[in-house]
Amino acid sequence: MAVTSERQGGTLIAHVEGRVDGSNAREFQGDLESAINDDDRIVVLDLAQLSYISSAGLRVILMVAKTLQRQQAKFAVCGLSEMIREVFQVSGFDKIIPTHNSKEDALAALAG
Amino acid sequence: MQQRPFKILVVDDEPDLEPLMLQRMRRSIRSGHYEFVFAQNGIEALKKLNEDDGIDMVVSDINMPQMDGLTLLAQIPDVNPNIRSVIVSAYGDMKNIRTAMNRGAFDFVTKPIDFDDLQVTIDRTLRHLTEWREALASRDRLVALQNELDVASRIQQSILPTDFPEAKGGEVFGMMQPARNVGGDFFDVMNLEGGRIGMGIADVSDKGVPAALFMMSCRTLLKGAAIGTNTPTEVLGEVNDLLREDNEAEMFVTLLYADYNPANGDLAYASGGHDAPLVIHSDGSDTLLPLTGGVALGVVPQFEFGQNTVKIAPGDTVIMYTDGVTEAMNSEGEQFGLRRLRDVFTAGPPASAEVACQAVFDAVRSFAGDTPQSDDITCVTLQRKGG
Repeated sequence: MAVTSERQGGTLIAHVEGRVDGSNAREFQGDLESAINDDDRIVVLDLAQLSYISSAGLRVILMVAKTLQRQQAKFAVCGLSEMIREVFQVSGFDKIIPTHNSKEDALAALAG
Repeated sequence: MQQRPFKILVVDDEPDLEPLMLQRMRRSIRSGHYEFVFAQNGIEALKKLNEDDGIDMVVSDINMPQMDGLTLLAQIPDVNPNIRSVIVSAYGDMKNIRTAMNRGAFDFVTKPIDFDDLQVTIDRTLRHLTEWREALASRDRLVALQNELDVASRIQQSILPTDFPEAKGGEVFGMMQPARNVGGDFFDVMNLEGGRIGMGIADVSDKGVPAALFMMSCRTLLKGAAIGTNTPTEVLGEVNDLLREDNEAEMFVTLLYADYNPANGDLAYASGGHDAPLVIHSDGSDTLLPLTGGVALGVVPQFEFGQNTVKIAPGDTVIMYTDGVTEAMNSEGEQFGLRRLRDVFTAGPPASAEVACQAVFDAVRSFAGDTPQSDDITCVTLQRKGG
């Protein structure tokens, strides 16, 4: 698992790579928390390179979403592979967290 | 850290050594760092060790009457295996030094004794001893913690049903195998009004102790809701709202709840973010039931859960499972997947709910091989008799 991030103004794009499960969910949470600044207005999580996510990983994304909601920042995920999309659908997370096909789609939707 | 002085037993048949040692080590004695006791030979040394369990280390000469230092060295572990020994040998006596080290001496110094060097050696030995004792204490704490986890695991296993309703129109079976001592999966089977059977299967986000605590409260809430309300929609709604209160850790649980009527084969179910049930028909074909538009419980307050009702035909078997089944991995990193779950029953429909459940566990186990189990595995099966 690896998190890399790029920032354009008040917009943060974090790319997640590899597997996220119970064994590295804490680390995943730490990586995301240190990537996100208090004054970020838009945060997009790019999951294109994410190969697997367990419920422990979904919980981290949920916590990030709640934190961003409190600081009134916009949040979305993008680039979900077939398998990750299924995880979001079955768990109902696609109803809680906006999902977009591409980074560009997500940025266009959130900037609006 | 050690509060009392370290007690060092010095064993030497040379009577002049005692005043000399006390004189040269007086600073460390006065500062309360060391205290010394003395013995003239191995026999006397063993007697002192047996009488005084406060002795931390031994500094011993080799050549002594009655019992020599090497013999003493071999016997010290029987008295106390945590004592460290430093041997004093003639300069260049490599043979005896080798023997002493092989018998467990921690270090050696040579004669004539250089007291500065001896002090450095004693300090290093005592530092090692302190670290060793801390490691032992950590191990003891770990063992105690492990014992508590074992108790927690037994409590958790004990709340899972082992007696299953066997109505004329249907029988149920369920099993859970935790990945760690305490897990986040659970299932429950309840006798409801009018002979109906309520079944719940759930997976708490995360594993270990926090998940287990959350799981225990989910299970209690589910039981109460199942007995007190009418439809799967209402059951999930009630559990969800109660979990949502004070859920600061943002834990959630995926829960599938099904209400089966053995009289007519009607199965009403609702999924809160959980995998949909798989139905194995008596002709070997199967149907993956549709999801009901739910979301994991504990996340969204006042969520309206959908539900679905299907008719279970005589001879059909319903397989409910957690993702520990479908996401079990083999040594190549492949997942067991829904396809392999379906393949379990291509040879023919299972003879009973219990056979179906066992078959799923056997298939997952043989697929995973030696790959360590990373998630709890749970499966609940329902079979409508006849057909």
